[in-house]
Amino acid sequence: MGFLDVLFGRTKPVQPKLDDLFALPSAAIQLQAASGFTPTGSGSVCFRAVEGKTFTDIQKDVTDLLDMDAEKGTSLPVEVTRDSYGFTWIVSNHMSDEMDGLVTDLHAVNSALVDNGFGPQLLCTLVAFRDESNRRLALVYLYKRGTFYPFAPLNERQQTRDNTIELQVKGLLSDDLKIEPDLARWFPVWGAPGL
Amino acid sequence: MATRTRYAPDRGLTVRMTATMFLLGLVFVAFVALIIGVMAAAHVSAAAIVLIALIFGGGSAYISLFYSDKIALAAAGAREVTPQQAPELHAIVDRLCALADMDKPRVAIAPTRMMNAFATGRNSKNSVLCVTEGIMDGRLTNEELEGVLAHELSHVAHKDVQVMTVASLLAIVAGLLVRFAFYSEIFGGGRRGGNNQAALLIPIIMLVSVVVYAISFLLIRLLSRYRELAADRSGALLTGQPSALASALVKVSNSMQRIPTQDLRKSEPLNAFFFAPALRPNGQGLSNIFSTHPSLEKRLAELAKIQRQLGEVAPDKR
Repeated sequence: MGFLDVLFGRTKPVQPKLDDLFALPSAAIQLQAASGFTPTGSGSVCFRAVEGKTFTDIQKDVTDLLDMDAEKGTSLPVEVTRDSYGFTWIVSNHMSDEMDGLVTDLHAVNSALVDNGFGPQLLCTLVAFRDESNRRLALVYLYKRGTFYPFAPLNERQQTRDNTIELQVKGLLSDDLKIEPDLARWFPVWGAPGL
Repeated sequence: MATRTRYAPDRGLTVRMTATMFLLGLVFVAFVALIIGVMAAAHVSAAAIVLIALIFGGGSAYISLFYSDKIALAAAGAREVTPQQAPELHAIVDRLCALADMDKPRVAIAPTRMMNAFATGRNSKNSVLCVTEGIMDGRLTNEELEGVLAHELSHVAHKDVQVMTVASLLAIVAGLLVRFAFYSEIFGGGRRGGNNQAALLIPIIMLVSVVVYAISFLLIRLLSRYRELAADRSGALLTGQPSALASALVKVSNSMQRIPTQDLRKSEPLNAFFFAPALRPNGQGLSNIFSTHPSLEKRLAELAKIQRQLGEVAPDKR
């Protein structure tokens, strides 16, 4: 925050960085080659819904847009869920494990929100992976930072995560993606849909 | 394509806050000039007096700022909690900090039935966000609690502790200048021959100091009220749920009415830090020039404005 902002007590809402998402497809290939984690085809956008009809209408427009893709047969209809923290998740499930279509869909959701002035409400995007032994991994993209971090949940009820795999993935992908350097910002996304 | 922002700043608030800070600075400068003039007439080294006052005043302000998080936590009897001890609370704070792109403060819980929250600390790395057990006991919904936490995090982001300390520093230094001037007059004035002058100066200095202190005090309270409104605004914009914050305000204020006065009076010193003031001298909702917080009605009215702002349809959709 700038000096003037501190002086006047105003916070500029942080705008999201959208374009770094497009590094995902090539990173996914690298991840698969190096660790055996393959994309499940599921990706989601998480945002804080704003009260009022305006936002609800925009949300509906977005899901309608994505459902048009579903009719083409490349993906399942979009799911919209609300988690226990009041954040809304728009989940897109693509049939194949090919990332380009999924990332395009996610970008469409982001752009729709940003164009309507709700960019600051975006929290994160989550793309799910699995390996042969059915271990789960998510790559979480923080919109406000423009960085990624891995999240490997072990047990939802006990809220344990596999830090070893996470650090391993960090090492594997640090050339392909901007990995979040501050470990304190790798917040756990328990109960994320699609994971 | 330029997107019109919904998150437009509140220019009126900014103007009023600037005017308050300007007046504070003006009062201080005028006072120092007066003292220096008086001291020059009485042949005392004004530079020495000003220097000593600045050192003592600045020193005490710096110490209170440096240890503000420890002092506030100790006064509230709060303990820091880890994510394992309070997973839900940490999760809400995690998400708010990610939305606001700010460093996460330490989280603490104070063992009191009163519903309240505060945040303090000298910078973002040394801040602490404290909630009471009362506010976590389920009377607030998750959205309402989140609104309260967003308000407190805004205080951290705006560096309100530092700003208010600097503002208070001016008042402290003014007061010290007077005291030093007074003592130096007593010990040094007689020898310089001019006892009559000294006798006249002392009551004048005391009177002026009282006036300066009173004005600074009122201005600092005014500034505090504006900072609270600014935190309300930023918190509501961060969560996008101004009504949730408004309803949290109402619930917390109402709960203050019912708690026996014993609990409230113990919290009085911490009032400026709290989400809602613990003691309301004039009954419900009334703000006066001595309040550290604006009135409930004023805060609700400002939040309603934000609600309208967020609900405006984007220009190309009209």
